[in-house]
Amino acid sequence: MATLKDVSQCVLDGELDEVKALVQQLVDDGVDPITIINDGLIAGMNIVAPLFKSGEMFVPEVMESADTMNEGMKLLKPLITDGDIPSKGKIIIGTVNGDLHDIGKNLLVMMVESRGYTVVDLGVDIKEEDFVAAVKKHKPDIVGMSSLLTTTMMKMQSTIKQLVKDGVRDQVKVIIGGAPITQEFADDIGADGYSEDASTAVELCDRMMIA
Amino acid sequence: MVKKFNQLAYSNLDDFVYGSCPNPVTTKSGMIIGGGQVFPEINFTLPGMDVNDTTIKKAYTIYSNIIEGVLKRASELYAPGVLVEFETVPDFTENPKYGIEVNRIILNAMKEANEKYGLKSAIRTTPNDLREFSRPPIMRSGKYLDTMLEVFEKCAKDGSDFISIESTGGKEIHDGALVKADIRTAIFALGILGCNDMEFLWKNLVDIAEANNCFPAGDSACGFANTAMVLAEKGFIPHVFAAVIRVAAVPRALVAFEQGCVGPSKDCAYEGPFLKAITGCPISMEGKTAAGAHLSPVGNIAAAVADTWSNESIQQVKLLSEMAPVVAMEQLIYDCRLMNAATNKGQQILFRDLLVDSDASLDVQAYVLRPDVVMRISAELVKTQDNFLRTKIAAKLTVQELKKAINEGIVKSDRRDMKWLDKMEKAIDTIPDDAGEFYEQMKSELDMTKFIPSEYGLK
Repeated sequence: MATLKDVSQCVLDGELDEVKALVQQLVDDGVDPITIINDGLIAGMNIVAPLFKSGEMFVPEVMESADTMNEGMKLLKPLITDGDIPSKGKIIIGTVNGDLHDIGKNLLVMMVESRGYTVVDLGVDIKEEDFVAAVKKHKPDIVGMSSLLTTTMMKMQSTIKQLVKDGVRDQVKVIIGGAPITQEFADDIGADGYSEDASTAVELCDRMMIA
Repeated sequence: MVKKFNQLAYSNLDDFVYGSCPNPVTTKSGMIIGGGQVFPEINFTLPGMDVNDTTIKKAYTIYSNIIEGVLKRASELYAPGVLVEFETVPDFTENPKYGIEVNRIILNAMKEANEKYGLKSAIRTTPNDLREFSRPPIMRSGKYLDTMLEVFEKCAKDGSDFISIESTGGKEIHDGALVKADIRTAIFALGILGCNDMEFLWKNLVDIAEANNCFPAGDSACGFANTAMVLAEKGFIPHVFAAVIRVAAVPRALVAFEQGCVGPSKDCAYEGPFLKAITGCPISMEGKTAAGAHLSPVGNIAAAVADTWSNESIQQVKLLSEMAPVVAMEQLIYDCRLMNAATNKGQQILFRDLLVDSDASLDVQAYVLRPDVVMRISAELVKTQDNFLRTKIAAKLTVQELKKAINEGIVKSDRRDMKWLDKMEKAIDTIPDDAGEFYEQMKSELDMTKFIPSEYGLK
């Protein structure tokens, strides 16, 4: 008989094919889909995250775990109404205007999504007004910005100014990251948080959600 | 006329050393790169700032201050010559007048330094690849290509000695392959998309260089293999994967030389030693003195067969002693002095081997840069003229070299390395030798919305 622990282990091991059978068994046994998500799939990712942070898992392995979780989610989503799908919060993420670097951003998307956040990935080269439009449209809790160049990092400041100008700055927490970014820079431009890389970004988001 | 490389440029490992190569290049100021001594190659960038019509004069002043500072220090330290690299940030290529003007500022400062101090210098102009600003990228036409080529042409016409680029063809697919450590997709991106784009791009760049009395120098797989190296340093992907990607990037870089590049290859192209072994052209390398730009496990070994020695990049910020580019200039000059002094004492091979031995056993990415490993793998790569097949062979041979070295205990490894090497070897063995057949196989595995096949000459 399948257990929630089996599902967690499956996520940890990145067993994409096995997870479907396990989740289906639990559903057939009458286990609440929300319980399977929280105590099976997300619980598995909650084991993965610290292992990644401590260097015991590589990104490709984390991605396999995330894919496994998503495979399980696919089976469960039709069984629950949208409103019931647990989400820790909504984040919009983009690389700032003039900057095309997106590996770090993509890792961040993967990490926060797999930890239960709803993510809207705006992509790269995102203009200030497009961040604002996305905030108005998606009403996120957090706005994440990435930049890898010394000549684009100031676009983070102009984006924050645009959020202020359009009256939506107070509605969101702003977090930033990228090679030239520091905590001091984040403080200087009025960002709420800074993360050195994707492995610590989830904790930052968690802190932002309770701040 | 496309060059073919079907044999190594060296027959004796003892000839494969830093500072000299079979096909040296002489700059307009008379520096002979690869002619016996290693020259410093300095690169720099702006501090954190916006670049636009309002701030551009400030940016010009900063560049002017940087170049005057580094050339003055080079003169004070009796550098025999300096190669300056001006690598544009996107704003400087997108607005050609900005990039062209900074290039002129540097050229003028070089001329003045020659008049004032008698300092020889040369400039490598490296516009960034704008084409990926379209998503999916438009590689063979359009405003981004045209604008980028305009910067190349004007800068070459103004007097640049060398043109280079870190081209990005195939990166839109390779990025995803890196974070998944997916060697099949990486080989497709490097060996088919990357090589096809290099053929197209470098044919154009070689024409521009030849029409403007300038040397086409070389490309870099920076967005591919260096991204892998940085991800590995962060613990995000296995070091063995980054090491295999490094060597798998060699055939892509070689395409530029087939099209007519003469070197020195790009500083951040750590595939340089392989290029030197195959083409006999001079190479630029960077290592410990590029730590201000990025960390690496190849700080010393990168210099083993270098002809110019670079700092990669450093922004204009004040350190305790001086502005950071001046500090980098000093560090590079002392590194080069030491290497050249060893050569003058007849101790070049010993010094090369010290550079090699101090790194090679400590990281798999350093191990694959060992001159003997480079020569062994390069000797196999020249046996075929098919760039895709070369890429596959490069990956396979690197896996085999690393497995052997780890089993023999001659390179430090992570307990998970062998598992990843096995996984890569299995995946490589599923790749057919024919590029067309592989492309057909890959169609079902690729996200076809991310790239436009026709931009790479594919259907």
